[in-house]
Amino acid sequence: MLSQVLQLLVAGVSQGCVYALVALGFVLIYKATETVNFAQGDVMMLGAFFALTASVMMGWPYWATILFAVAVMAVVGMLTERLVLRPVLGHPSFTVVMITIGVGYVMRGVVTMMPGWGTDTYQIPTPYIDQVWKVGAVILPVQQLMVIVLTAGLCVVLYMFFRFTRIGVAMQATSQNQLAAYYMGIPVRRVNMLIWGISAGVAAFAGILLAPSTFVHSNMGFIGLKAFPAAVVGGFGSVPGSIVGGLIIGVVEALAGFYLAEGFKDVAAYVVVLIVLLVWPSGIFGETVRKKV
Amino acid sequence: MSFFKVENLGIRFGGVVAVDNVSFEVKRGEVFTIIGPNGAGKTTIFNLIGLLYPASSGRILYGDRELTGFAPHRVAELGIARTFQNIELFEHATVLQNLLIGRHRHRSTSLWQELVFTPGVRRAEVAHREAVEKVIDFLELAKVRDTLVAGLPYGVRKVVELGRALATDPKLLLLDEPSSGLNPEETDDMAFWIEDIKKHLGITVLMVEHDMNLVSRVSDRVRALNMGKAIAEGTPAEVQAHPKVIEAYLGAPV
Amino acid sequence: MRFLFKTGYEQDVRLFQHGGQVFSYGLLAVVLLLAPWWAGDYVMSQLHFIAIYSIVGFGLMMLVGFTGQISLGHAAFLAVGAYTEALMQAAGVPFVISISCAALFSAVAGVIVGLPALRLKGIYLAIATLAFNVIVEEIITRWESLTGGNSGKHLKPVELFGIRLDTDMSFYYLCLGLTVLCALACANLLRSPTGRAFVAIRDSEISASCLGVDLAWYKTMSFAFSAALTGVGGALYAHKLAFISPEQFTLFVSIELVTIVILGGIGFLHGAVLGSAFVIVLPQLISIAKDWLPGGLVPTGLQAVVFGVILILFIIFEPLGLYGRWLKVRTWFELFPFYRRGMFRRQKSYMKSERLR
Repeated sequence: MLSQVLQLLVAGVSQGCVYALVALGFVLIYKATETVNFAQGDVMMLGAFFALTASVMMGWPYWATILFAVAVMAVVGMLTERLVLRPVLGHPSFTVVMITIGVGYVMRGVVTMMPGWGTDTYQIPTPYIDQVWKVGAVILPVQQLMVIVLTAGLCVVLYMFFRFTRIGVAMQATSQNQLAAYYMGIPVRRVNMLIWGISAGVAAFAGILLAPSTFVHSNMGFIGLKAFPAAVVGGFGSVPGSIVGGLIIGVVEALAGFYLAEGFKDVAAYVVVLIVLLVWPSGIFGETVRKKV
Repeated sequence: MSFFKVENLGIRFGGVVAVDNVSFEVKRGEVFTIIGPNGAGKTTIFNLIGLLYPASSGRILYGDRELTGFAPHRVAELGIARTFQNIELFEHATVLQNLLIGRHRHRSTSLWQELVFTPGVRRAEVAHREAVEKVIDFLELAKVRDTLVAGLPYGVRKVVELGRALATDPKLLLLDEPSSGLNPEETDDMAFWIEDIKKHLGITVLMVEHDMNLVSRVSDRVRALNMGKAIAEGTPAEVQAHPKVIEAYLGAPV
Repeated sequence: MRFLFKTGYEQDVRLFQHGGQVFSYGLLAVVLLLAPWWAGDYVMSQLHFIAIYSIVGFGLMMLVGFTGQISLGHAAFLAVGAYTEALMQAAGVPFVISISCAALFSAVAGVIVGLPALRLKGIYLAIATLAFNVIVEEIITRWESLTGGNSGKHLKPVELFGIRLDTDMSFYYLCLGLTVLCALACANLLRSPTGRAFVAIRDSEISASCLGVDLAWYKTMSFAFSAALTGVGGALYAHKLAFISPEQFTLFVSIELVTIVILGGIGFLHGAVLGSAFVIVLPQLISIAKDWLPGGLVPTGLQAVVFGVILILFIIFEPLGLYGRWLKVRTWFELFPFYRRGMFRRQKSYMKSERLR
């Protein structure tokens, strides 16, 4: 019984890590530009496809494909910002959200149109995919543990990046008042581009971590929708919040899938987010918004 | 029973005491001005009167009615209108539409009547329009009546803001720095309008202002605030000469 | 150039500002009334859809374009309307009552979403409506005893006052009539205090409430009205397809509805009609274009790509949408030769955060 709960927890935390990474990606963008990137899931999907190409079609070792996918997606993210987001800098946030939705559509469409990709489902050969780790009566798939470990590692890297570099501070400035940031000599547009690149890279990383459990296909980005509840629960605009929120959603889902009736697993995340929004909209580490008159 | 009274009003935001035990009384038909350096809590008092946030202490009495616990729109329905320091106009609407929204508290038609647009609604619309045109005439806004607010210069927007408040047909008008950002001619116009509002429209004015000329010209009584506390009250001349006021603005003598 | 001489306040209150407008709309009315004679079966079918989506578009436009709220979950209201109609027709309820109930129940759903949404703005409201949509979709799928779950529900043709509207023509006139009624209802609201209150809420909630606009009441009413219109559209949609199932009310349908509103032109009622027409005609054009694709490219994704690219291009280059473009063209003609390029340009604004932490 306990072993079952433990296994569920690990599975939930592992899935939660993926949500956390996707949520992290768009919280980064939100913190920098107050834009919500609805295409984050599709960016993740595209990253997974690039990793697939590198590993299956080009035959690279696993770790090289991770780096390749992250690098390529970082470039794609920066290009997206430069071509699509920059012209709408300053538009009302609703239209910017819709533009990101459009970007998501384009990404999905392009992936289904590519000759080698299309609408099939693929698998990325992962070194540890079938291994398990036995702790007493508990059987833990190594793949899930690796997800947790790698996510933690990425978070440490990002934390150090934002804490100890000037860019982190610059990003906070641009997120609060673009005009003032310009006056202070911060290259706002370049900072935004960089943030989009980092966010896309993080999403690609998430896609690769997710690939063993959901396989790589053009609709895998829909998991990204669950990242929204994660970000809300943890508190929109908070980086540690997105991680915590993701983990909570992952665990809730795992438990719901096991203990509750069929169908609850799919909506568990959304029920949680509705409850949080009704009761405690700013989330765990969240922000308060107030207009000063 | 006074027209409008504020008793021991106070509010703190966390550890910051923005308004500290402020009391004053406004008599019907007068122009009462609150002055003070920036950060003295003047706009905060307006926000408290408008019930945009609840006071931590004290009370606000409008006639014999205590203003607590209402939603802000109820304050407007009682006949208290305000302008905002950083203009809060409806940017994507024309000047006329902005002013017509000011007539909201005088609406007499129900949703169902409006859906069908009965002749009663039509008559009401024409009546609203006539009332608003009076304000437009008063403030000489006829030229910009159908222009989108977003394209108007700052001085005109200030006047539209005033017009919108007047369109609600208030008994008490709260003006938050009516002359800020206006050049001398526009300030002159503003002074005339405030005088007209008091004498011809019979509206009581509670004003926050920095421009001492304007204050001396139109106010009946002045109250000075500094750091959330009241430091002087009297006629404009008395307050300007008050040592504490001079200290607040210019510093204490060395 | 046309000069408008205003001789009375009545003129500004009227729906049509001048004779030219009456003429144009009259002409449009004649063309639409004669549609069964000039349009083939296929075009008639498309007109059905355009009318239905226009009604839903009006609803969404009132909420998003005029009250400034966000809804990424309108398909849920569509579903409530559709299933109410299906269930009531199966129970033998006359059409007039069943469609009114579809509107009513959708309005109640709108209130359910609107009340908690009072405190939510922007992205939070978007996520809340999104979550609502997913949950409603799941409820419909699971509550098989009521909705038939994934097997869906079938509908018989509309029976209005004893007449079976089972031909293209009769159903067309029903849809057309309802579209005109809904358009009138929206236009009437917009030129009365309620409509002005909506616009006030969109542009500045704080000053709206300081002018006497009860935010809670009007926001909820906007949601309810918008949902009611969507429910009517849903009922007609159910009859058009004669079969409904949960897959027709997914999040992607909600996004499609919002796209209609954006492409048509946010802030203009006409935008709902133009947007619907565009979104319905577009897939046909894409199917034709599929034949011209270079070899090797799989054509399945073309629709998504075109959809996304058009959405992006419109938002960047034509933020006022199709109706905005039409306005610019018309103004060019009206003011000829005095049209200036910057007339409709947006003020450039910079993002200033209202977050406190």
